[in-house]
Amino acid sequence: MNGAQVGFFILAGLLIVSSLWVVFQRNVVHSAMALVAALFLVAILFLTLNAPMVGVLQILVYAGAIMVLFLFVIMFLNPIGLEQRRRLWWGFGALAGLLLAGALVPVLTNGDAPRDPVVATELFGGPEELARSLFTDFVLPFEIASILLLVAIVGAVVLAKREP
Amino acid sequence: MDASLIPLLPGAQVLLTALVVMLLDLFIDEHERGLLAWISLLGLALCGAEAILLWGSSEGTFGDTLLLDNFALFFTQIFIAVAALTVLSSMRYVRETGIHEGEFYSLILFATTGMIVMAAANDLMVFFLGLETMSVAVYVLTGMWRSSARSSEAAMKYFLMGAFATGFLLYGIALIYGATGSTNLNQISAYLLEPQGQWPPYLFVGGLLLLVGFGFKVGAVPFHFWIPDVYEGAPTPVTGFMAVAVKAAAFAAWARILMHELSPLDSDWALPLRVLAIATMTIGNLLAISQPSVKRMLAYSSIAHAGYLLIGIVAGEEWGSTSLLFYLATYAPATFGAFAVITLLTEQDKPKEDYGHFAGLGFKRPFVAMAMSLFMLSLAGFPPLAGFTGKFHIFRSAIIAGHTDLAIIGVLNSLLSVIYYLRVIVMMYMNEGGVKGKSFIESPYLYTAVGLAAAATIYLGVLPMRTLEWSRSAFSSLF
Repeated sequence: MNGAQVGFFILAGLLIVSSLWVVFQRNVVHSAMALVAALFLVAILFLTLNAPMVGVLQILVYAGAIMVLFLFVIMFLNPIGLEQRRRLWWGFGALAGLLLAGALVPVLTNGDAPRDPVVATELFGGPEELARSLFTDFVLPFEIASILLLVAIVGAVVLAKREP
Repeated sequence: MDASLIPLLPGAQVLLTALVVMLLDLFIDEHERGLLAWISLLGLALCGAEAILLWGSSEGTFGDTLLLDNFALFFTQIFIAVAALTVLSSMRYVRETGIHEGEFYSLILFATTGMIVMAAANDLMVFFLGLETMSVAVYVLTGMWRSSARSSEAAMKYFLMGAFATGFLLYGIALIYGATGSTNLNQISAYLLEPQGQWPPYLFVGGLLLLVGFGFKVGAVPFHFWIPDVYEGAPTPVTGFMAVAVKAAAFAAWARILMHELSPLDSDWALPLRVLAIATMTIGNLLAISQPSVKRMLAYSSIAHAGYLLIGIVAGEEWGSTSLLFYLATYAPATFGAFAVITLLTEQDKPKEDYGHFAGLGFKRPFVAMAMSLFMLSLAGFPPLAGFTGKFHIFRSAIIAGHTDLAIIGVLNSLLSVIYYLRVIVMMYMNEGGVKGKSFIESPYLYTAVGLAAAATIYLGVLPMRTLEWSRSAFSSLF
């Protein structure tokens, strides 16, 4: 096991712990904070994978903007103490989760690596490379994504607009 | 990279119309908003004309991520026909219910754009974006009847379930990308066709997750729980749009991705698909029988019909796919027409959807009752209507492909469905009472939509050959 692998396992372990914290924490604010930690750890994971752009976006968009919204909503609704745990559902959820993990883990760890793995060059994952592929190979999906965002904005306005 | 823009034309046409409608809405007065519906219809008609002119072309663009072939054009025609009928049948309805017209029409057009992209997509990423564009637009359409609590509830449910299904789809796509190294369907199928030892096991997990995602979108049992509530709560024209166009779009992508490009995995799909088909037909029909509301019954009936369509996917090959496309064409007018008739029974934003409200309709509105009877008989599969020819070809394809048991279960299920379809007809002609004369949306456009759907139901039943030929040529353009 080399240094990179050790680093990965530490990161992954912390990530799993913080994700569990999100789920099992009863106080919503604590849950949200654990989510921030989890998102940061994912961002670091991206950095170690030579994808600095995605890592930075992860922090800006998820850990930054979206978490602020989360906290605002929590602040407005103040749902502390509303949640009541239902044993039965927790049992079902845990069982389903374990089953899924039991099915996925052996499948994902066995088997050969893909035959043509994408080679990460030095610039891979930097803003320049990302922009290049966005505006060449993926220009069509890029444009369709802009339509999708437009539809989402129109939809949000329609549904949130105050009725006359 | 080649970047011919011709293949984008049908989608771009609808998108442009959507943008024009959306922007024009800001500049015109309240009482002139009817104009927006006509602009939408004009745009859809232009797109239809383009699709007819482009029929027979076979061209890929942007590195073959989007294809213009007969398959895409066939579905484009279905989508725009249904979108046009939706616009026609909503013209008065949106006023009665206080839905914002400009946004309503433009969202219908945006959703149609997404569907056209889905049917033409040859790349999992483009497919996914088309799917999301369609889904987001339809979530909003579901909740646009702001004064109805049911509508908001339906939108919320649909959104949550849809987001959940999206998660499955995306994870499936990611695993397939990991296994094959590409999201382009051509490259994925090239990878699968290479002679080699073993595929990585997570390829199968990816395929299975994709299957679950599609199951959600078409409403196959056991992923159907959202359908009755969402269909019941949504504004009725939107329900018609969802039951026909959204389902057709999901099946279009399913047919292109799973049946064609991932066909080397056929033997692995076979069992889960068979189980899915049998469960969907049977449970859909059984639950439809006990529904008190016609709208809810039609929601369950649309689940059952997804089950028949799944037979076409199981059967596969030339006959299965051709009959799948043809069945979608025959299912569309009858289902949409039935929802249009329910739209008609709306009195000052109070929907009348129970069986009891249909009582005596045969004497009060003979034309509407006649059309509704046609739709019910067609959905039940009586000759010589569209539903019969559609079912005939689906079951025949199952027998040709050696799935006689599926065909038998399908026929038994059709018999079962007669119970609840005929109940509507019995209500209309053999019962008194029901709604009063004022309880109808008297809109010539709505009547036109019902009439067109009825005409298509008869036409596809009596003279199916031409459409069948189109379906076959659409299918063969996949190769």
